[in-house]
Amino acid sequence: MTRTFLARNPSVLWFLAALAIFTLTVTVLAEGLGLGLIPTAFVKVLGKTLCLCLVALAMDLIWGYTGILSLGHMAFFAVGGYMTGMWLMYARTEEIVVQALAGSPIPPTPDEVAQGVATQIFGVVGGSDLPAIWSFAHSAWLQLPMVVLVPALLAMIFGWLAFRARVNGVYLSILTQAMTLALALYLFQNDSGLRGNNGLSGLQNLPGLGEVPQSSLSIWFFLASAALLALGYVAAAFVTSGKFGSALRGIRDDEQRLRFLGYPVEGYKLFVFTLTAVIAAIAGAFYYPQAGIINPAELAPIASIYLAVWVAIGGRGRLYGAVIGAGFVSLLSSWFTGGMAPSIPLGFYTIHWVDWWTVLLGLAFVLVTLFVPRGIGGLFDKLPSPRRHGAQLGPDDGALREKEADA
Amino acid sequence: MTTIAPPRITSLLEVSGVSVTFDGFRAINNLSFTIGPQELRAVIGPNGAGKTTFMDIVTGKTRPDEGTVTFGEVPRSLLRMSEAQIARAGVGRKFQRPTVFEDQSVSENLILALKAQRAPWRVLFWRETGQDRAKVAALAEQVGLQDHLARKAGELSHGQKQWLEIAMLLAQEPRLLLVDEPAAGMSFLEREQTTALLVELAKTRAVVVVEHDMEFIRRLNCKVTVLHEGSVLAEGSLDHVTKNPQVIEVYLGR
Ligand SMILES: Nc1ncnc2c1ncn2[C@@H]1O[C@H](COP(=O)(O)OP(=O)(O)OP(=O)(O)O)[C@@H](O)[C@H]1O
Ligand SMILES: [Mg+2]
Repeated sequence: MTRTFLARNPSVLWFLAALAIFTLTVTVLAEGLGLGLIPTAFVKVLGKTLCLCLVALAMDLIWGYTGILSLGHMAFFAVGGYMTGMWLMYARTEEIVVQALAGSPIPPTPDEVAQGVATQIFGVVGGSDLPAIWSFAHSAWLQLPMVVLVPALLAMIFGWLAFRARVNGVYLSILTQAMTLALALYLFQNDSGLRGNNGLSGLQNLPGLGEVPQSSLSIWFFLASAALLALGYVAAAFVTSGKFGSALRGIRDDEQRLRFLGYPVEGYKLFVFTLTAVIAAIAGAFYYPQAGIINPAELAPIASIYLAVWVAIGGRGRLYGAVIGAGFVSLLSSWFTGGMAPSIPLGFYTIHWVDWWTVLLGLAFVLVTLFVPRGIGGLFDKLPSPRRHGAQLGPDDGALREKEADA
Repeated sequence: MTTIAPPRITSLLEVSGVSVTFDGFRAINNLSFTIGPQELRAVIGPNGAGKTTFMDIVTGKTRPDEGTVTFGEVPRSLLRMSEAQIARAGVGRKFQRPTVFEDQSVSENLILALKAQRAPWRVLFWRETGQDRAKVAALAEQVGLQDHLARKAGELSHGQKQWLEIAMLLAQEPRLLLVDEPAAGMSFLEREQTTALLVELAKTRAVVVVEHDMEFIRRLNCKVTVLHEGSVLAEGSLDHVTKNPQVIEVYLGR
């Protein structure tokens, strides 16, 4: 059984090998455990990139394979971040409060500590009480399951409403954007209970590990992100291979036909939408501790559009394409926007990449869509590989297909 | 255990008094239609007569404004069921233009169609058994695609796609088969094979064939229903309906 799985998914072994080599190389060269050639800040960038690759996998599942162009998956990513963020911030603040109160003659009661934590966290938005949604934040065992449960519930409610009403194509994309925007606007409010536009911060500190330097923590997170990506890749390969994968691609190419074969298409869509929302949330849960901070700007609608652009450039409908796209474009993006790319003086005008990178990215997107519809990942098809001929997945074949099988 | 003799049923599908209006245009007008559990039936009629719409109604794609549609030996209304539920209840459909999953291989197409559990969870953990492989091979053999199992369906010729779609229908093991214009794009030889296959299939199930090709209909040698403007104009043997002056006027005379 395992043999056939790997035989059907030759990319899995290649991918895992490449990821292992990359991870090992970075670990050896990094500041934390190795030679110190890669600074901690860059290790964090790489770890975050791996998380972005994971959410890109989710995007490829929902868009590339199932044909649902969701422009809301970065919202689930951010929700995952908020859910871990609440625990991290609470625990960290608790440590500080306990330390501060340690000097007082009478040992502080748990209530006093909790009050201190609430004031610390919410003073910035003028509150001193812990909102109800923070009820679980004091315990990792209660709060961390929320990383999965909250986005899953959100996705299930949204998906159930949208898919049952048979919202398709562009309309569904717009609806996912609306959901993202609504969530962002809610979080921007000071009384949302999540500190409004201040967001959550100090997430890079793990409770009880105050003595461990960031250089080591960053490597641990990097390794965890790599392991997660490996796991996600195998899981995605499992989902997309075999009959289930066939059914997903069937939904993408002709959902009405699949219905007439007896498949409950809405159920499949809901399943994949929820599954990918959970994958996105888990990726976010590992991303934000490496970023150190999360705020509502993270789930601006544009973030989800970027995600679609990465997957399109990498090549949708193939898992390694999504990973390559997210890795390549997001690293390039942080290079250009981080001020590291040299400006180009033209005499009459100087091109500052911070301003022009988005234009370049947009241009690349258009060019890829027009001329390389299979994306970067499609270049691997040129290698001798088992059959991959037949109908191309051109730009208008996949997600934005509205025409149904009219008999 | 006592064996109970299966109840003798006279009709598998019963459509009665069905009407459908599209933007004020009555595509189906008080249509009634019955077919037995092992019967072959040809449906003919001019373009726009409502033949495809009739199939849309039975398969749940179009909801009628009025009338009833029941299916099975314990008659169950199809009107409240989704397309997928109707398909699982045993109604298979072949579309007017071949619709196979072009980006997938012939065997993947057949595996998708094989009668099996359809719920996401069951499909996710579905594993191909030797029996499934044998079934796929037999189906491919039956329609002459045994040497093309690994090819993408998109690479097949038009006629081969038609055959693949027919094989997918058989894989579903339906009790009622609705076949819309199967002969379109087929060679003379393929048409003969198709008629033979349909006649054979109708020995164990109900088969409704929509076709314009009169030679094809003649070879089916079955009862014919003539549709015109959304209702039944005539019904009977081919010779009987072709003598009907109204049928000659609206359909054959042109
Ligand atoms: N979804 C729809 N919306 C509006 N009108 C429709 C729709 N479906 C069918 N019609 C109309 O209903 C009438 C019956 O169409 P139908 O496709 O059932 O005819 P048909 O008998 O299959 O014809 P043909 O022999 O050309 O396939 C036609 O006039 C058609 O334009
Ligand atoms: Mg028709």
